[in-house]
Amino acid sequence: MRDLLNGSLFFGSLISLAFYALGLAVKRRFRLAVFNPLLIATLCVIGTLIALDVDFAAYQHSTEVISYFLAPATVCLAVPLYEQLALLKRHWKAMLAGLLAGVLCGLGCVFALSSLFSFPHELYASLLPKNITSAIGYGLSQELGGVVPITASAIMIAGMFGGVAGEGLLAFFGVTDPVARGFGIGMASHAIGTARAMDLGQVEGAMSSLAIIAAGLTTVVAAPFFSTLL
Amino acid sequence: MQYLMQLGIILAVSFAGEVLNALLPLPVPASVYGLCLMLALLATGVLKPAQIQPVSRFLIAVMPVMFLPTCVGIMDVADQLLPVLLPFLVVCIVGSALVMVVSGRVAQAAIRRERGARQ
Repeated sequence: MRDLLNGSLFFGSLISLAFYALGLAVKRRFRLAVFNPLLIATLCVIGTLIALDVDFAAYQHSTEVISYFLAPATVCLAVPLYEQLALLKRHWKAMLAGLLAGVLCGLGCVFALSSLFSFPHELYASLLPKNITSAIGYGLSQELGGVVPITASAIMIAGMFGGVAGEGLLAFFGVTDPVARGFGIGMASHAIGTARAMDLGQVEGAMSSLAIIAAGLTTVVAAPFFSTLL
Repeated sequence: MQYLMQLGIILAVSFAGEVLNALLPLPVPASVYGLCLMLALLATGVLKPAQIQPVSRFLIAVMPVMFLPTCVGIMDVADQLLPVLLPFLVVCIVGSALVMVVSGRVAQAAIRRERGARQ
């Protein structure tokens, strides 16, 4: 049985889709942000792999076909962005201000907390790219002397945090403007947050997509400076 | 046939992104080049949204599933993270909350000032 599951081409993809569908059903039933389908699916898949003693490498091999579509899907984010182009042109100054404030606060916060916890440079550098899209974050982590799998985990946690708590957090701090809401979610939670922002509305989704690009590129420029601090 | 054509266009732009990534010495991933290129094609009218929809809409709708394999990858670095798990989570969550609230609030304040100035 174990050999069959480890050698299977379809088992990993099958449980991924099945648990994501379960996550969607749970979210629809309870309508609570904590029941984020991605979070539910992640926990269920990890539990299943451990319970059935399936190697992560085997799972990864089986799900390559799912990950394959990530780049084409990212390219497709251009469509909602295009549909909101007028809004983007009208508010570019506001978003530039939000971008600079967000990136500097984010990197500064990682520096402050990493000093507080006396993290080694390796861990500090792995955490600096936590709020940007993994496609840019992995390369940046490597360049700064970080550990890529740790960066990958930090990026996933930042993304899921935005998906689970973003809406409530922004409402709590009085951010109600759809442009600012979407932009804030994308700034902190990249494409995972954007997937959630799409549910909130077309404007939110488009602004979140824009924030992924803006945050990623700005962080690439600013992070090397912060990296030398610790 | 229509779906294949639409997927073909999307893959062609993704490939062009890979080419740009290989040619230009910037730390920009292929998918971000592809996104910018697609936006340029749409903005200049070379491509109409209808030429890639509904396939593009489908890909965006199922995008969260595409992150699942990487999320599950956390189990692969669990032994490295366990000793620092709590502070690690604090940095990830506090840091992300700060980025979201600061960028959202600053952008909102600027938007409201712009609106006020216009009226």
